[in-house]
Amino acid sequence: MSADLAILITGALPYGEESQDLLLVDGIIAAMGQDAVTHPDAAGAQRVDGAGLIVLPGLVDLHTHLREPGREDAETVETGSAAAALGGYTAIFAMPNTDPTADTAGVVEQVLRLGQAAGLVDVQPIGAVTVGRKGERLAELAAMAHSAAQVRVFSDDGDCVSDPLLMRRSLEYVKAFDGVIAQHAQEPRLTVGSQMHEGAVSATLGMTGWPAVAEEAIIARDCLLADHVDSRLHICHLSTAGSVDIVAAAKARGTKVTAEVTPHHLLLTDQAAVGYDPVFKVNPPLRTSPDIDALRRGLARGTIDIVATDHAPHAIQDKECEWDQASPGMLGLQTALSIVVLTMVEPGLLDWRGVARVMSEAPATIGVLAGHGRPIAVGEPANLVLVDAKAHWTVRGSDLASLSRNTPYEGMELPAPVMATFLRGRPTVLNGQLVG
Amino acid sequence: MPRHLLSAGDLTRESALHILDTTERIGQAIAGREVRKLPTLRGRTVVNLFYEDSTRTRLSFEAAAKRLSADVINFSAKGSSVSKGESLKDTAWTLQAIGADAIVCRHSSSGAPHQLSGWVDGHVINAGDGTHEHPTQALIDAFTVRKHLGDVEGKRIVIVGDVIHSRVARSNVLLLSTLGAQVTLVAPPTLLPKGIESWPVTVDYDFDRALAGVDAVMMLRVQRERMGDAFFPTTREYSRQYGLDDRRRALIANHGIVMHPGPMVRGMEISPSVADGPGSVIVEQVANGVIVRMAVLYLLLSART
Ligand SMILES: [Zn+2]
Repeated sequence: MSADLAILITGALPYGEESQDLLLVDGIIAAMGQDAVTHPDAAGAQRVDGAGLIVLPGLVDLHTHLREPGREDAETVETGSAAAALGGYTAIFAMPNTDPTADTAGVVEQVLRLGQAAGLVDVQPIGAVTVGRKGERLAELAAMAHSAAQVRVFSDDGDCVSDPLLMRRSLEYVKAFDGVIAQHAQEPRLTVGSQMHEGAVSATLGMTGWPAVAEEAIIARDCLLADHVDSRLHICHLSTAGSVDIVAAAKARGTKVTAEVTPHHLLLTDQAAVGYDPVFKVNPPLRTSPDIDALRRGLARGTIDIVATDHAPHAIQDKECEWDQASPGMLGLQTALSIVVLTMVEPGLLDWRGVARVMSEAPATIGVLAGHGRPIAVGEPANLVLVDAKAHWTVRGSDLASLSRNTPYEGMELPAPVMATFLRGRPTVLNGQLVG
Repeated sequence: MPRHLLSAGDLTRESALHILDTTERIGQAIAGREVRKLPTLRGRTVVNLFYEDSTRTRLSFEAAAKRLSADVINFSAKGSSVSKGESLKDTAWTLQAIGADAIVCRHSSSGAPHQLSGWVDGHVINAGDGTHEHPTQALIDAFTVRKHLGDVEGKRIVIVGDVIHSRVARSNVLLLSTLGAQVTLVAPPTLLPKGIESWPVTVDYDFDRALAGVDAVMMLRVQRERMGDAFFPTTREYSRQYGLDDRRRALIANHGIVMHPGPMVRGMEISPSVADGPGSVIVEQVANGVIVRMAVLYLLLSART
């Protein structure tokens, strides 16, 4: 009896540690080390040369914008899935700020099915907290939770659930199905007309500032609310040193709060706005060097639990225009791992086990997504990524799989290209190229 | 000379002085003529690209270009293809195609002239962008100061009012400090941008204290239209704290001058008696506008590139 699908990865380094062979059979890791080669299924297996490549569990992104339905000119579930696979992801959570909003069982199931049809990563929909993300009344959260999409993460991302009573109610309500509210922390009144980080650079450029306190005030409030009702809270894209301090204090007190940081907030500062190129316009905005230091240290220490991309594709006309009219957001899926290596691994702040934790295990746990973020061990699902830690690649927006081109890293040479990705033992990427 | 004039910060002390000296020479050349027109830019095309209404500034640039014998095309975004959704980049390609040698750009978005300069071969002059800068106004102000006080270097100049929304203030801070003046900004804290500590200025909330013995006081327009919310309680309180009246006028040095880039809100920012009184150079600022802009156009367009 031979397996339907068997792959033998030779000589790769799980978590960057000892060289091992891995045998993937019918979607699971069937054998490792010596047993892999002697296993009966190894004989007929397709061989993948993994010599010197790092193996990590397939990456999981808790914060992706796919734009479908509604803006299929910027991204579709299929093109976003391709970008994700090429970036080493095996699962992505799709934010609900689509048109129509993913605030009903019908829309989240549609996104789920489009993801299954593309078949490159598991696309797990996030449901909106409020109807139309208007912040006025709760969407049917239980209907989404009990739909085929099994939604566990709810977010009005792009906007903040700013009404404190509504935020309290949503935190309480999702406890019924182990849900979590992912908050885009932005006090709306403190950020009216905001264009970039408020500070010396915005003063000089004559742009309305987005002050750090507008993020910190909401995080502090929501941590207190989560405490009060004993619910799970997740803070999206932390961007300031003050936010790290507040989350650290809340965790020390026992608050059920988790937090994410984006790759771009680990690398880029508000100085990038100086040339008025809207590719650097993002929400929350790029902050300062001291903020970057605090975010990196927070991630290394575990105050910040995960790295999430906030992959936000935008069509050319929404970016090649005046800064104040441009849509905020950057591509992230295909560059995330490289930026984490550049900002965290190379400076010695995180090892490969740490990368697996913040980019795979913890996001899967927060999002309650079974089958992803599992250890690299026999019997576990074969969701894996192979990374060449010794090589570099140059970012070309035109080469990216996304339909949009708004990468802030155009022309940059980045470390650690993704060589292969396996979703349930089936390659989605080999030799850095999409399969099939 | 820089290739474009996007920010007063683009100007070195040397290039700024060169513009002011050229302005002086143009003023003299014109003064002696019956026909106040020079043939310098004959055959060159200057486009006034105005996305935001400003009749004063547009007329000033138009007069400057025409007195240098350039062909002038006025392109107002209102009622044009722009209002039908044409992007700034598409407009840039159009201007490129018609061979614009210089583009004078006024825009409600900070940074728009900067972006435009990356898409065209012509020289771009920032005629006011959002809440960012208005460098030719700063040159006009510096020229006016020099004319009345002999030099800018070492002079004590107070800029008063709505700094946070003022492109004139941003450009003046950069240019006046490049030219060696000591600049003090006076405003309620709500009208000063966060991050101002990095500017080469001192800040004072007390107008009376800041005025003692200064050489020039530059009033700013309070941009009510940009104030969605209260930056100060009432216009009466603003006027009491930061308006320039006769009593405060008396605190300035005897030779001191009073400036305002216009348009003025009389009674609130400045009392009519001060605006029209001794030492007021407000009307002259407007007149100097044309020759300063002639100098800028001349220097940008005659530079060999
Ligand atoms: Zn967000």
